[in-house]
Amino acid sequence: MPPLGIAGRMIDFLATIGRRVLDILAIAGRLTIFIARALSHCVRPPFYFRNIGRQFWTIGYNSLPVVGLTAIFTGAVLALQGYVGFSRFAAPTAIPAVVAVSVTRELGPVLASLMVAGRVGAAIAAEIGTMRVTEQIDALDTLATNPMKYLVVPRVLAGLLMMPLLVIVADVIGVMGGFVVSSFILEFNESAYLINSINALHTMDIVSGLVKAAVFGLIVTLLGCFNGYGSRGGAEGVGTATTNAVVYASVLILFFDYFLTELFLTR
Amino acid sequence: MTAASAKPATPKIAVKGLRKSFGRKKVLDGIDLEVAKGESLVIIGGSGSGKSVLLKCLLALLDPDGGSIAIDDAAMTGADRATKARLRSRMGMLFQGGALFDSLPVWENVAFAYNQRSGRAPINRRQAHDIAIEKLATVGLGAEVANLSPSQLSGGMQKRVALARAIAAEPEILLFDEPTTGLHPIMADAINNLIIASVQQLGATAISITHDMASARKIASRIAMLYQGKIIWDGSPAEIDDSGNPYLDQFVHGRSEGPIQLQVRAL
Repeated sequence: MPPLGIAGRMIDFLATIGRRVLDILAIAGRLTIFIARALSHCVRPPFYFRNIGRQFWTIGYNSLPVVGLTAIFTGAVLALQGYVGFSRFAAPTAIPAVVAVSVTRELGPVLASLMVAGRVGAAIAAEIGTMRVTEQIDALDTLATNPMKYLVVPRVLAGLLMMPLLVIVADVIGVMGGFVVSSFILEFNESAYLINSINALHTMDIVSGLVKAAVFGLIVTLLGCFNGYGSRGGAEGVGTATTNAVVYASVLILFFDYFLTELFLTR
Repeated sequence: MTAASAKPATPKIAVKGLRKSFGRKKVLDGIDLEVAKGESLVIIGGSGSGKSVLLKCLLALLDPDGGSIAIDDAAMTGADRATKARLRSRMGMLFQGGALFDSLPVWENVAFAYNQRSGRAPINRRQAHDIAIEKLATVGLGAEVANLSPSQLSGGMQKRVALARAIAAEPEILLFDEPTTGLHPIMADAINNLIIASVQQLGATAISITHDMASARKIASRIAMLYQGKIIWDGSPAEIDDSGNPYLDQFVHGRSEGPIQLQVRAL
């Protein structure tokens, strides 16, 4: 092949960028159609209640240890770091309020969702991806069962409804993490700490955190299902689907976190 | 090409001018095929000849680019989802790898199809369990495997369970995707016998795809050869040894020299 001139190289470079942009647009289009189909099946019978119950258990109950551990250390670290920062302004009494508001509005939902993205999003993509490459999804179709209803709807409903419950648990444990550090290490008065924490909280702090949790739960489960459902090419394809599910979900959680925070900022 | 035996006026399955491409690769290039009620057609051909794609088109798991498929004069191509699901519920499919659902025990795999068949009264789990045990017995498996997970079974036993699942809803049409691949000769012969018995018991019409000539000779009442997306020969099993077709001769006798060139990518 003759060497390319500058114009040729420029066209090659632009073509590479163009192909990449087209790929991203194609994925965005497929994802939009997938989400629309999944959500429409969520409200249309038949429902597979056994599968829905099983996913509530797997995604909700089984995520409790990892979410609880994340929350307790987050609250504890916030109290310690808050003490360092606020002591400089002679305002360490702000710690209970800072811990409570930070955990309920931001760190509870975001960190719990990121942990669930790693645990649940990856598992969903791997399970559905394996079902795709071993023809189990085709088998569902041949057995007159819609795979969207049988596989996707239970997981998406579990993400939407279980994530807020997990975040309620994370909020309580997170505040208690701050409480333990403040009372036993920083020697705060226990009852004053708890009263200050409760007084500092507004209803909207908790509501905004729970709305975020529901949105993040949708993101994690939808992206897990989308990547698994479209996986191709054996074990390598399933591996790629699993990685993409976690990476895309984590990035989208942080992206939507900003816009939801802005939405609730003035409320 | 040898003429097939005389067919009744309305074939059970009629395929006309079926075309399917992936990108620039033509996989099916104008397939014309009629299968009479009660016939057992075996389609032979090498890897990549389009056999699996043809089966997936018959099940409407893939939409063809052109041509038509009709089951008892009811058009499958271009039909809405409900019609496709209704036509599909009259078919049973044995997948190459079994495609058993890992998350369900053996008996639930077998009973899966039973409730889905339209027009049948719904049954409870105990009745479904009993029916599954009956169906497992027809493929030579005892009740002791019913509560095992598919991953605890050998490859041959998984194939038997998959066959029990395919015939559980008593379909009118049975499709077999390489039923003996990966099995030792004795197990392969046992599966062939079970296929013959199931097809006869149900009075079903069967289409199998395989490259195992022993299996093809045993289960076929008619054999067709697929090469580069076209049916290049169609006749009775007795005719395959002296067909005069060089492609079929090379395939049947397993010779590497002949008109069929192995597609090996250069290193």
